[in-house]
Amino acid sequence: MKPYAYVRAATLDEATAAYAGHSGAHYLGGGTNLVDLMKLGVTAPDALVDISRLPLDGIELRPDGALRIGATARNSDIAAHPVVRDRWPVLSQALLAGASGQLRNIATAGGNLLQRTRCPFFQDTAKPCNKRRPGSGCAAREGSHRDHAVLGHSPHCIATHPSDMAVALAALDATVELHGTGGERSVPAAEFHRLPGDRPEQDTVLRPGELITAIVLPPHSAGLPSAYRKARDRASYAFALASVAALVEVQDGLVRRSALAFGALAHRPWRAHRAEEALRGVEPTRAAVERAVDAELASAEPLRDNAYKVPLARNLACEVLTRLAGPR
Amino acid sequence: MTLLPGTDAPRTPQEPHGPHTGAAGEPAEATHSRITLNVNGTPRTLVVDNRSSLLDVLRERLGLIGAKKGCDHGQCGSCTVLVEGRRANACLLPAVAQDGYDITTVEGLAAADGERLHPLQRAFLDRDGFQCGYCTPGQLCSAVGMIAEAEAGHPSDATDPGHPAKTPVALTAAEIRTRLSGNICRCGAYPNIVAAVEDVIE
Repeated sequence: MKPYAYVRAATLDEATAAYAGHSGAHYLGGGTNLVDLMKLGVTAPDALVDISRLPLDGIELRPDGALRIGATARNSDIAAHPVVRDRWPVLSQALLAGASGQLRNIATAGGNLLQRTRCPFFQDTAKPCNKRRPGSGCAAREGSHRDHAVLGHSPHCIATHPSDMAVALAALDATVELHGTGGERSVPAAEFHRLPGDRPEQDTVLRPGELITAIVLPPHSAGLPSAYRKARDRASYAFALASVAALVEVQDGLVRRSALAFGALAHRPWRAHRAEEALRGVEPTRAAVERAVDAELASAEPLRDNAYKVPLARNLACEVLTRLAGPR
Repeated sequence: MTLLPGTDAPRTPQEPHGPHTGAAGEPAEATHSRITLNVNGTPRTLVVDNRSSLLDVLRERLGLIGAKKGCDHGQCGSCTVLVEGRRANACLLPAVAQDGYDITTVEGLAAADGERLHPLQRAFLDRDGFQCGYCTPGQLCSAVGMIAEAEAGHPSDATDPGHPAKTPVALTAAEIRTRLSGNICRCGAYPNIVAAVEDVIE
């Protein structure tokens, strides 16, 4: 590992200034993914700007009914928060479906969004990878790729985003608040991550030096039936093969509103707008739910090893949507 | 890589924490830092390479070889210690970022007189909760942290979503198994590890 300088920031401005003052700087939150990538030689910062002690770990219910989750709040604390469990249960469930108890105690909300793909070819510096070394090629395309994308991939990259939390945030219409030298801005969580296109090295829309300061859950997704379901190779402590975050609001027997997002199928959480549109105003029978989910997955382009993901995701989505729409 | 000599003396005003520029001739941008870790109740001040993991500092600088290096990538849990009372993978924590924190290792679980084992250590012996023992220090620290989490009402993916917040979660075998899934046992002693934890929570 390359030697690096270490700066502990006490304020947000100190953090962005330290980042600007060091070429090759990285922000350090919990470090559960970054430190691993440094050990693997995938990431080689010249300086770490430690933001883990910034006063950004609060979780506050705002007067308008939105919940503001500070960027350095730990995954375990978010999952256990009474308001999250009561009003946005899908987020708590998604967090608890990810990683291990130890890792959730370390990992921050912001870091969860910024974790990199677990594509084994990305993590192996001896292999070509357009995400790690732009223009070098994609070893996963011809290699073993049962874990890889079936939606929205490109000839340049077939990686998936590994976060469970981000899938729930996409379904909840959450927003991500950012702080940079150019000021503050916020972006929808569902648009925070990018599709790979011809720039797979760019995971997100984050600008250089910009920091995530908070994740905001909007009042309109609060208090609705919601759930997360994840299929994986073992019962606990494994990344998703496919996952689903959903919420459904039924009024007078008809779907008033639904939100559906898939995980582990694409380079970003896949918000299923087509399925949601197909469900709007209809009676949520099993057949109607299947038709809606099929309309979404019709655009899937599975690869040699991962065609199984399409029916797996379909069955997860149909089960969760039917359950949420059913009698309560 | 030669590590700078550390000192176990308490911090003094002459030796401020943070970037350590070291002897003349070292690069201007410090790659080492002076930190204090409160390890098993004792403050330990030392200069560390910023790259050092907490695990390596515990094992190689402080002689605490209880926490084990298994995968060194946060996947096996054998390095689990308690940081500020919460279980964490010491292999993924830069030691420099833990400055000032309370660290409890497996060496700190037993009573200070060294005579009485922690109840979980006793239960692992009684239940044969290991074969080779390599994962055991991590299993023990993880179980201590896990029991505290359940007591504080932290849910797991086996907890009924309707379970009221901030009330203790009963640790069924399914709860214990999923909550300890971050600790791998290559010998497969899981049934006896679960039994040992069940003994202690009863």
